[in-house]
Formats: sequence, structure tokens, C-alpha cells
Amino acid sequence: MILRLLRLVPDDTKYPFVRWRRIFFPLSALLTVVSMGAFLIFGLNLGIDFRGGTLLEVQSRASSADLSAMRTTLGELNLGDIQLQEFGSPRDVLIRFEQQPGGDAAQQAVVERVRKTLGDAYEIRRVEVVGPTVSGELLRAGVIGVALSLLCIWIYLWFRFEWQFAVGAMIATLHDLTLIIGFYAITQVDFDLSAVAVVLTIAGYSLNDTVVVFDRIRELLRRYKKMPLNDLLDLAINTTLPRTVITGATTFLALLGLTFFGGEVLSAFTQAMLVGVVVGIYSTTFIASPILIYLGVRTQTVGEASPPVARAKIEAPAS
Amino acid sequence: MLHFTRWQTIATLLVSIFFCAMLLPNMLPSSVLNSLPPFLQRTMTLGLDLQGGSYILLEIDTKAVHTDRLNALRDDVRRILRDARIGYSNLTAQNDVVNVRLREAKDMPDALKKLRELSNPISNIFGAQSGRDIDVTEAGDNVIRLTLTEAGLNERVRQAVTQSIEIVRRRVDELGTVEPLIQRQGADRVLVQVPGLQDPGRLKELLGKTAQLTFRMVDQSMSAQQALETRPPPESDVLMSSDQPPAPYLIERRVVVSGEDLVDAQPGFDQRTSEPIVSFRFNNNGARRFAQATQQNVGRPFAIVLDNEVISAPVIREPILGGSGQISGSFTVQQANDLAILLRAGALPAPLTIVEERTVGAGLGQDSIEAGKLAAYVGTALVVAFILATYGLFGIFAIIAVFVNVGMIFGILSLLQATLTLPGIAGIVLTVGMAVDSNVVIYERIREEFRGGRSALTAVDSGFKEALRTIVDANVTSLIAGLILFYIGTGPVRGFALTLSIGIITTMFTAYTLTRLMIATWVWWVRPTRIPI
Repeated sequence: MILRLLRLVPDDTKYPFVRWRRIFFPLSALLTVVSMGAFLIFGLNLGIDFRGGTLLEVQSRASSADLSAMRTTLGELNLGDIQLQEFGSPRDVLIRFEQQPGGDAAQQAVVERVRKTLGDAYEIRRVEVVGPTVSGELLRAGVIGVALSLLCIWIYLWFRFEWQFAVGAMIATLHDLTLIIGFYAITQVDFDLSAVAVVLTIAGYSLNDTVVVFDRIRELLRRYKKMPLNDLLDLAINTTLPRTVITGATTFLALLGLTFFGGEVLSAFTQAMLVGVVVGIYSTTFIASPILIYLGVRTQTVGEASPPVARAKIEAPAS
Repeated sequence: MLHFTRWQTIATLLVSIFFCAMLLPNMLPSSVLNSLPPFLQRTMTLGLDLQGGSYILLEIDTKAVHTDRLNALRDDVRRILRDARIGYSNLTAQNDVVNVRLREAKDMPDALKKLRELSNPISNIFGAQSGRDIDVTEAGDNVIRLTLTEAGLNERVRQAVTQSIEIVRRRVDELGTVEPLIQRQGADRVLVQVPGLQDPGRLKELLGKTAQLTFRMVDQSMSAQQALETRPPPESDVLMSSDQPPAPYLIERRVVVSGEDLVDAQPGFDQRTSEPIVSFRFNNNGARRFAQATQQNVGRPFAIVLDNEVISAPVIREPILGGSGQISGSFTVQQANDLAILLRAGALPAPLTIVEERTVGAGLGQDSIEAGKLAAYVGTALVVAFILATYGLFGIFAIIAVFVNVGMIFGILSLLQATLTLPGIAGIVLTVGMAVDSNVVIYERIREEFRGGRSALTAVDSGFKEALRTIVDANVTSLIAGLILFYIGTGPVRGFALTLSIGIITTMFTAYTLTRLMIATWVWWVRPTRIPI
């Protein structure tokens, strides 16, 4: 009995990805503009890691937390801007206080006063206090980290591939990063250190994906010197499509496990990752490769010449 | 690509088994663990977000260190010039510079020589000399300028941090916590990580106090109120008491005895009033000075000052020759206890401020572990099911490779005695999803080669060849991102970057060796004519 294996992508697909760029380039341009717009208008909801302040996760010992009562009581403490939100279950509340004037020393007082005010009705599950000094450092480190990664990766790509590929990959990655930032700007999810982790991981994942396709393109360029560029790019994308989809699927499944069962602390992180993975696959397939057309990738000969592999069956010697 | 020499096979298996075996110490109960040789005792530690506990980052007040050093230098200059009977005027200390004007120009060479003796060379980490800590120069008009060099000041800060770490350790140890981690961070910070801490408030209070104890005489030349309204006499300060409401006291600056000479401090109860008190004992030096001061000042009040607050100001009724006494100041039992701890541990050289704190309660920690485990199982199960459905037999090879991969990740984490955090677990789950990629690249390539007309063996062979190049390029980019994230991240995020980066490396290893070995073995056994994917 021969088992039929699962094939998410049928064999010998011939999707005209390159022609479809007429649809997807404008779509991406639109998404990019929307993301940048959201970023400029709404801005990122910087978490306490970057803005300084205090974060408390509290759980009501009763059956559910009374947010409005809490808001009033805490408001009387005059500790500036307070954000309250339900966190996973009706009993859990996330309380955020902005940075208090008075430098690092003043931040500690907040926790003590809140603890006294809430009293025994609430169990304090988690406290995070970030003073102005450290938050400034983390912000700087975050920005430098992302910029540095992109730079290092770009240099690596430039060594391994011709410059057109490096540029193409970088455009696709910047596109992904813009969309992720847009996601954070629109949803106003906390942008803290773990968001930087998402950004860097997705950059890595998206490039990972793109490199696989580019590797195939480079190979085909060597093999088929006479094939028109559009057809060659289509062939490359179509032949790597099974791999792209299957890996995307496994990564997606792993993340699904994390999103639904990983608990509330991780949920913002994993949800952003899910979006990032989808965006990464999209950009690899529909953006990165077609861009190579505009970059004149054929004008330079790629590597040594090799005879095209015949598509006819090769008789292997009986062994 | 399919040819494995015997040595290559053995090496691959040994390396895989070794690293996977390294995770075993984590599963042993501690009694068994402690009986193993040290090399085998390496386990992962759970991050604070999984164990519960406090992460507290303290910064030393470098300005205070500079000011103290400057004042000490000024006092030294005064002492040296007086001892040498060199007249001077205008002794100032400001902005890391001490200026002094000599009365007579003829004293200049002598003064310069004597003052230069104050300067010490600084040695760098190699033991070589790299400058001095004070620059002594003539600044015209009979003025000598002594400048504290930046190198010298940095050295002071560094020493202050080292001292602080010791004192913080003693204070934290008094709380009886399990294995606190206290280490230097950067040039002027101390990191304190205390797992399983129930009451971070008390710890933070203990860390926040400098705890400098001094015994000084009360200045009775004018009332404290008068001094507040006009100006205190030179060599005296107005300090407030620690009662409610605070009352002013006029205290001499001169320190009779300081907390440095304390040998012991214990909480207790006053024999007459049953109030909580702290009883203390001086060393010989302190006892002598204390005896001298009390003999000379019977009937006068002296003040016990803690960090510029007057705790109590009793009157000396009789000379205290034994070098011991008690401090009472309307303490609660807890306050007396804490004060005794602070006195025993010693005074911090400069105040420490908390610049970052992350505390996770044990309840949340436990929940996070459960959630992490569940997510890992579910995620892995989904991936396994999918891969088996897509690749059948080859899928089994891929799954084995992924499990060995995860085993190796845990093994390496254990060898490094690294910290596993909740995002770290997420990193491992993500690695499972992405590690399969290497196998997918290989399999799809093999499939393509076979369908393109190559024989089964050739297809596998060239499939591997082409695929491995792709795998390296693709994974290196992810690795770069992971390593940079590790470098800039702190705490839990760093845990994520660590597991992700290790995962990428082990993935490349298993894809290049283990998967290849399994398939090569299968080819050798089965001698297939068709590829079953």
C-alpha cells in the first residue's frame, strides 16, 4: 500500500509571480505607506523598557478585578498617567505608571504606595521598574542593535552574492520591518525589548527565506544562460515554493502552539511573530525576486559556465 | 555526500550523544547530583521569570565618591602643611581640584615635595604603571593646584564598586536567601539577583541605606534653632533627628568614633524599658577613642548619627571604658534587627540607587513554567504531525534529527550553566519550527532531482550537495541577528537570543551530519530505486 503524502504545493506549479508584481508591488507600496503613516500618526506605544516607568501585574483574589474602582483609587495617588488593562483573564490586571519625576530614586516609591493602596485584595504577581538611565540605554541599544544587524547581514550577503541580490534582499527585509512596525503602531501593542526580539528574529527569518530563493536563482542563472529573465525568476520561485510553504507552515504551527498555550506573558511576543512570519513569506515570494529585474541582475555573468543539465532521464549504471 | 567513513560516523554519533547526555544532570535529584564529579554537575538555571525572584540593578553615586575623595584630599593637604609648619590661606576644594595659596614663596619647593607624596601611581590591568591619581602643579601666584586625575577617580569608583559588592553580599546573606547572584555590571553598577525572594521591599530598604554610623559630640556653643536661623559655627553642622517630627541638632563635624571600628552589633531589648535596641561592641582602637571621649566629656551629650540623621543623643553619664554600649531610638523590632544587619555588614562607600528592578512572584513563575512546557509539547506535536504527513519515512529521519537537535540545545545550555527563561523556551519552540527547514530544503531538493530524471542515489547525493550550501547561507543570516540580539538584550530577551542562536548552530550541525548519516545508512541498507517522497 502506497501512502499518499501531504503535498501542500502541487508539483510543477507555474505561477507567474513575476507578472503578478504589477499587483503586488502597488499592494506592498500601499501597505508600506499605511504602516509609515500609522507610525507617524499614532507612534509606537513604547513600553517601560524604553520609556521608563513602573509595570505591575496583579491578580485579584476575588473572582474578578474591578478595574474602574482600581482606577479611581490609584488615581488618587497622583502618580501621573496610569494605564490599566485586563491581562488574559478577568482576574488579572496590568497596571502601568509613567516615569516619576525625580530620577532613578523616585521610581521605587511607586511600587510601595501601590502595594499599600491595593492591600490584600490583590496579589502582586510581577513588578518591573525601569529608571530613566536604564530606559535610555535600552532604547539606544535597541535601535543600534537593529541597525547593526541589518548592516552585518547586508555585508555578508554582499560577499556571498552579487550586489543586486544584496540590494534586493535588503529592500524585502526593510519592507518587512516597516510592516511589522506598522503592526505595532496600529495595534498599539507594547513596544518593549521583546518587540525588538521580534523585529530581529523576523529580519533573520525573512532573509533566511529570501536567501533560499536567491540561491536557486543564482544556480539557474549559471545553468540557463539563454532563458529570459522573467521566466527564470518564475522558475526559481516556483521550484522553491514547496520548501517555502512547508517551512512556513512548520514555523507557523510551532508559533500557534506558543500563542494559544504559552501564557499571557508571551502572547504579545508570539502574535507579533506570527504576523512577521506571514509577512516574511509574502515578501520573499512576491517582492524580493521580482525586484531583481529592476536591478539588472543578468548583466553580470554569474560564476563559471556549466552545461545545462538535460531534462531527459539519465541512465545510472547498475550497481 | 553519501560516503561516511567509519570515523565520521562514530564522531557524529559521539558528538550527538555527548551533548544530549549533558542535559541529564538537570533531571537528577540534588542528592544524586551532588555526588557526581564537578564536571558532571553542570545544570541550567531557571531564569527569575520562571523561578520567581528579584533582579535589582544598583548604580553607585559616582559624584559622592568624587566628593568624598576630594574632601579627603583637602584634609590631607591641611594636615601635611600644618605638620610642616607651612603657612597657607585659601584652601579650596571644588570640581575635583584642591587649590591652596602659600603665605611665603620660599615654602613652594618644600610644599611641592611634600604634597607630591600624596600622589600614587595607578597600575592598569597588566600591572604596568599608567599615570598617577593626583597631579600636583604650581599655578602661579604662590598657588599649588592638586588635581584628581580621571584615571585616578575611575580607579576609586572601581574600588568603591568592589567594596559595595562585598557589603551588599553580606547584607543579602543576612536575609537567608538561596544563592543570590551579585556581580559588577559596567563601570559603576552592581547587579543583584535573588531567586525566590518573598519580600523584595525589605531587601530594597537594606540596599538603599548607606549605613554610615558616626559618633560625634553635640556642639553646645549655640542652640540648634539659632544655628538654623543664622549660620552654624565652622566645624559643625545642623542635622535632623529621625523622630517624628524631626528636631534639629547642632553636631560637630569631627568624628569621635565611626562604624568602621564596630566589631559586632546585635538587636536586643533594653533591660529597663523593654524597648528594642541595638547593642554594639568596638574593637580596641574604637574602644580606646570612645573611652577617651567619654572620659573628657562627662555630662555632655553626644550624638549617634546614621547617614546624616541623628538617631539618638544621650548624655554621657560616666566614662565608658569597656568599648560597648547600646543604641536606642524608638525602633520597632524589625528596625532594630535591620540596623544591626547594616552595622554588621558595614557602611557602603557611597549611596546606591536602584535603576532597574524586575520582580516575579513565585506564583507567576510556576504558571509560566507550566505554560512554557505545554506550549512546547503542543507546538512540537503539531510540527511532528505535519512533517510525518508530508514526508513519511524521511519525515521520521527529520523528527529524529529535530529531537537530537533540541537535546543538544539543552545539553549546551547545561554545559554553559546558562539561564533558561520563558522567552528562551519560546526560542526553543521556534527553533523546532525552523530547524525542520534544513531537512525540508534537503528533501525538496532530492525530490526535485529525482523527478528531474536522476537515479535515486544520484538524486540524494546531489540533493545534499546543493542543499547544504543553501542551508549555510540562510542560517548565517539568522545567526547574525540572533547574536546581536544576545549582545544588546538583557534578562529574558537575552535568554531567547541564546537559545535561538544555539539552536541555529545545532541545526546546521545535525543537518550536515546526522540527517545525512541517517539517509546514507538508509540508502546503503535499502538500495532504493525510488525516493519515497
